[in-house]
Amino acid sequence: MATVLEARDLVKEYPGVTAVGGVSFAVEEGICFGLLGPNGAGKTTTVEIIEGVTPATSGEVYYYGEPAGAKFRQEVGIQFQKTALQDFLTVRETIEMFQALYDRKADFDELIEQCSLGDLLDRDNRKLSGGQRQRLLLAVALVNRPRLVFLDEPTTGLDPQARRNFWDLVQNLRALGSSIVLTTHYMDEAEILCDEIAIMDAGRIIAQGAPDDLLRGHYEGLIIELPIGDLTDELAEIEHTIYENLGIVEFVTTDVSASLQQLSPHVTNLNHIKIRQPNLDDLFLDLTGHSLRA
Amino acid sequence: MLRRIFAIFRGRNREFLRDRASFAWNLLLPIVLIFGLSFALGGDRNTYTVGILQDSDDILEEQHPFLSMRYIRFVPTSNKDDALRKVSRHQLDLLVEFGEAPRYWVNPDSSKGYFVELALLQSDGTAPPTIDKEQITGDAVRYADWVLPGILGMNMMFSCMFGVGYVVVRYRKNGFLKRLRATPLTSFEFISAQVASRMVLIICITVFIYTGTHLILDTRMEGSYFTLFLVALVGAVSMISLSLVISARVTSEELAGGLLNMINWPMMLLSGVWFSLEGAGTFVQNLARIFPLTHVLDSARAVMLDGATIGEVAPSLLALTALSMVFIGIGAKIFRWGQF
Repeated sequence: MATVLEARDLVKEYPGVTAVGGVSFAVEEGICFGLLGPNGAGKTTTVEIIEGVTPATSGEVYYYGEPAGAKFRQEVGIQFQKTALQDFLTVRETIEMFQALYDRKADFDELIEQCSLGDLLDRDNRKLSGGQRQRLLLAVALVNRPRLVFLDEPTTGLDPQARRNFWDLVQNLRALGSSIVLTTHYMDEAEILCDEIAIMDAGRIIAQGAPDDLLRGHYEGLIIELPIGDLTDELAEIEHTIYENLGIVEFVTTDVSASLQQLSPHVTNLNHIKIRQPNLDDLFLDLTGHSLRA
Repeated sequence: MLRRIFAIFRGRNREFLRDRASFAWNLLLPIVLIFGLSFALGGDRNTYTVGILQDSDDILEEQHPFLSMRYIRFVPTSNKDDALRKVSRHQLDLLVEFGEAPRYWVNPDSSKGYFVELALLQSDGTAPPTIDKEQITGDAVRYADWVLPGILGMNMMFSCMFGVGYVVVRYRKNGFLKRLRATPLTSFEFISAQVASRMVLIICITVFIYTGTHLILDTRMEGSYFTLFLVALVGAVSMISLSLVISARVTSEELAGGLLNMINWPMMLLSGVWFSLEGAGTFVQNLARIFPLTHVLDSARAVMLDGATIGEVAPSLLALTALSMVFIGIGAKIFRWGQF
């Protein structure tokens, strides 16, 4: 598999602040690569440096082994986290305008079908709902049949239904062969969509790999969680790997039955106990000591 | 390249034409001003204006008793041809040259010229008068004739400055410029599209307003329509270019509005939109030459009121072209797509 994109030691410094402190990663052809982290981690700055809209303090970006340049601009599609479109234009006119900026063009009808915009073509941009607007922005990002698509927090602010619809669109896109770089702070989104992830915190990548591999590498077993108020004893007296966050205590165990037996004398209400698989939220908390949503 | 320019050009045109409030404002404001001012100020001016043909800028009252009379504005001038043309157009009620062979020029069709002439002869106090009389004929230039180019120029100025400068800043602030930056569009293509879009729109609006006003008020047109069109075209490009310099880096609409007003108001006041700067000091008149609008109005009035040819307005057209090149050069050099 060819390497579509390679970021080498990207640094972005503002006076008194290092927003991105030496980020490097590579994206293989045909995969969905997730850049995860809390707000302010440096995800958007990193992708905007790669996209060429924010100048880096230092570092290099390569597209199919060449420094990113005119070919990169022709062949990538970008959906920014925040983008305004021209007022008073319809969905059709907006797509046509952006399509005219590229040499490569997607088939208009296929694009409309792909993004489910068929009923909205003559609607004013300003009169779209949040989900419809995101679908239009995705269509704008796809007008040039991109080989590589950047999606920067595409589902932020969408309701659950619209989020799931958007995930379907991204999965279809991947099935059609495009490579995707997705930034998000939704771990469930990353787990569903991404083949590989890099977790960022404070401008650096702190973990990178396939989501399952990362979780397997950090956790052995399942997580038992219960409200801290249900514990009768101090945490230190219980022999398990323990995390505490937002009033919830989590115990990592490879033997759930044995753990429950050991815990039960120390818990006032067993009905509050939950048993689940570890996820990327747990991993992030484990790696950084603070929550993703903090 | 042309395909990309045309795409942005068409998008901007659609945005402007469908914004009915802005579009109506661009059309209605100048029309209301032209007709309102024509009716409000269409009568005779309240003061008498007399040109004094001399080399000095100072009026010395001891030169002649006439120069100390009240309610008469004395305007020194050294350009005799220009002053005589103004007498013929009723823009000067009288032109007087004192000295060893004193004489004056008056338009016999001017009612105000008749009274000022009586005042001059009475103040002279000699019988028969020792001051020679010459007559100049010509129809009066109504205020509507004079103010029409001013208002069209002012509308052009506001439309070009705010319609481009303010919009570019809005695009930058809301991220639309950043979105375009992520496409193959270059800054030159984007700027070209903005200039072309606003130029076509403002020229269409100006032609429409001029035609309507000309037909209804029967305004004076002594020169060629082509020359006038050329003046409008070059003037529009110049003012759009100026707005691009202001908007090249600014990211705040409030700051952009302040900067645009800081340029627009002195330009409007000093370029002679409403009233002639005839009596203003040399410094003010020279200062006004740095503004594109001054050259536009001088040229347009020369064409419309005096029948000036392309050759005669060429200096102003060249000045506007030079200003445009300087503005576009600076604008392209310092242009920023984003807020970084």
